[in-house]
Amino acid sequence: MTDSGAAERAARIETLPMVQVGRTQGFFRGAVRSLGEIWSQRELLGLLVRRELKARYKDSSLGVLWSLVRPLTQLLIYYFAVGQILGVARAVPDFAIFVFVGLTGWTLFIEIVGNGTKSIISNGGLVKKVYLPREIFPLASVGGALFSFAMQFLILITATLVLSRFPLTPDLPYALLGIVLIIVFGTALGILLAGLTVYLRDLEHLVEVILAVLFWASPIVYSYAFVSNAISGTWLEQLYLANPVTVAILGMQKGLWLAGSLAEGGVVWPPDLALRMWIALGVSLVLLWVSQRIFARLQGNFAQEL
Amino acid sequence: MTSPAPLIVSVTDASKRFVLHKDKSVKERLLNLRRARQHRVDFWALHNITLDIESGTTVGLVGHNGSGKSTLLKVIGGIIQPTSGTVKRRGRIAALLELGAGFHPDLTGRENVYLNASILGLSRAETDRYFDDIVEFSEIGEFIDSQVKFYSSGMYVRLAFSVAIHVDPDLLLVDEVLAVGDEPFQRKCMDKIQQFQREGRTIVFVSHSADQVMQLCDRVIVLDHGRMIFDGDAEGGIAALRESFVAGTAATDTTGATVLEELTTGARVESVRLTSTKTNLAGDFLPGGDISVAVRYRIASVDPGLIVGIGIQTPAGNAVYGINTHGMSLGLPSKPGTYDVAFLLPDSALAKGEYHVRATIYAANRSTIDDAPLAASFRVEDQTAAVGVVRFDTTATVGRLD
Repeated sequence: MTDSGAAERAARIETLPMVQVGRTQGFFRGAVRSLGEIWSQRELLGLLVRRELKARYKDSSLGVLWSLVRPLTQLLIYYFAVGQILGVARAVPDFAIFVFVGLTGWTLFIEIVGNGTKSIISNGGLVKKVYLPREIFPLASVGGALFSFAMQFLILITATLVLSRFPLTPDLPYALLGIVLIIVFGTALGILLAGLTVYLRDLEHLVEVILAVLFWASPIVYSYAFVSNAISGTWLEQLYLANPVTVAILGMQKGLWLAGSLAEGGVVWPPDLALRMWIALGVSLVLLWVSQRIFARLQGNFAQEL
Repeated sequence: MTSPAPLIVSVTDASKRFVLHKDKSVKERLLNLRRARQHRVDFWALHNITLDIESGTTVGLVGHNGSGKSTLLKVIGGIIQPTSGTVKRRGRIAALLELGAGFHPDLTGRENVYLNASILGLSRAETDRYFDDIVEFSEIGEFIDSQVKFYSSGMYVRLAFSVAIHVDPDLLLVDEVLAVGDEPFQRKCMDKIQQFQREGRTIVFVSHSADQVMQLCDRVIVLDHGRMIFDGDAEGGIAALRESFVAGTAATDTTGATVLEELTTGARVESVRLTSTKTNLAGDFLPGGDISVAVRYRIASVDPGLIVGIGIQTPAGNAVYGINTHGMSLGLPSKPGTYDVAFLLPDSALAKGEYHVRATIYAANRSTIDDAPLAASFRVEDQTAAVGVVRFDTTATVGRLD
């Protein structure tokens, strides 16, 4: 029955420690272990992201270009409808760049959250049949969203070059911090919602609606000056600025929207923007950790709930 | 083996409860918040399972549907977490719970091989190394670069199986997926499994086929309603499984009897009696005897052209033999009344084992009027080392050729 290979295998197995299957529930140790598991599957994560992207554009002749059509269309709509017809553009210099910066950040956020929320359910076949660290699925959505973001960002940078307003200023780190903040905050929400949606399917639709509302809660198609005029100094303004997405988008605008950050005319920035962003990032990191723990608790029953 | 083999899986006191919620939407949950307890049904799929598996063994999990064997396999695989108890294990694991679970229809075979191999735990470099073997084993050939959605189901399954067996697992979990592809491919799969056994890999598999279990397993675990009712060698396991089948059969017999009196239309099998001209003291049939199968049935009202058929099956449901009165050109009366039709099966060539007899009444157009799937059963006793359902007085010779 046995040959030398078998004996070798038995000897090797004997040296391995017995590992408990399933997640450690400890708040700190569990998170570290999950992180290790995800790290060991990073190759698969890359493949899943590629699968998402390839499958999305497989049979269309324009392929990846489609991921640009939607934001560009949105840009045109907002540029004409809100900017020219409603006249917002008169108060906001370089309105096209302004809107596109905001839209790019916002699209990144909703793609991470929206696709993350659906990720476990749409990968139900895999979740039920193979054991993987399940965080991989929302994370793969983050990867897919980052890809579309990169494409849009490229266009944005090209546009700033064409308009010869390339944002090489000391404010550029604001933009980077804003992007990181959106990624961390979005991922935290994505992981949490992905887990909860398995148990409460309605969340998938609810999230879509809430995201559509939240679009107007950040200064994307209107400038912060309007908000400041209306509710400056009140608790409403503080509430408005407590939204991590809002401060992230403000940060991106400060870094990339040169006409505004040079403060040629009436552009207002909230006080202590950098501080607010760092606080939001800190809170988002804690939220990410908490949602991962909640996710780890929920994922034990995924296979039977799907 | 000189030293005892190391443990590879250790399950301690594992139980699994499934909660079946009757409501799934937010609205229903909120409305029923207070009465939530009434809207859930607990179902214990596993009860206090304790189990150690040594490396290098092949373990078969058997039991009838709903006995918890697939759940146990998933618990070992970490896909489902037990409600209580612990599962520990070591070494690389590959689970073949559903072939091609990670296949994406829009990607090509090649892309799917890489993706699926990665899901099963292979690195890109390792997949590169095995890639040609995988394609060759799957017999996909040039289609490897077409999208998987254009594959036939056979090609799909072959490619998936091929990936799965090339991932070099220490522990392989298999859930009833061994019966894939055409016959030559199935044989290839079995050869591969046997090669795995020689290489000292541990295999845990769920099967409904007694033959497969006999052929492959060193150890059989029989589950019944989530409890382990047997743990031991293959032969004992199959016997225990049959007992649990027969116990189930007896239960249905009694329920069947209560409605027997109300026959107003059609026809019904009343009983099947079995005798053999050669039996031992325990009543087991012996080889070479003439077996008589007498089917008693009652007719209330039927159209002419009635047909009665019998079938002999293994407890796992595999047909061994079947015949009916139409095939034997025996015309049956169709007047109301009770009849006996006796089949004589001379010179029995059935091998050792348990058999069930099924009796069926058909109309002339072959539609079933009544069917008694487990009408009777018998046991054949034989002194033989052979396996299978037929027996021969086999002799063997050896000659030197050079």
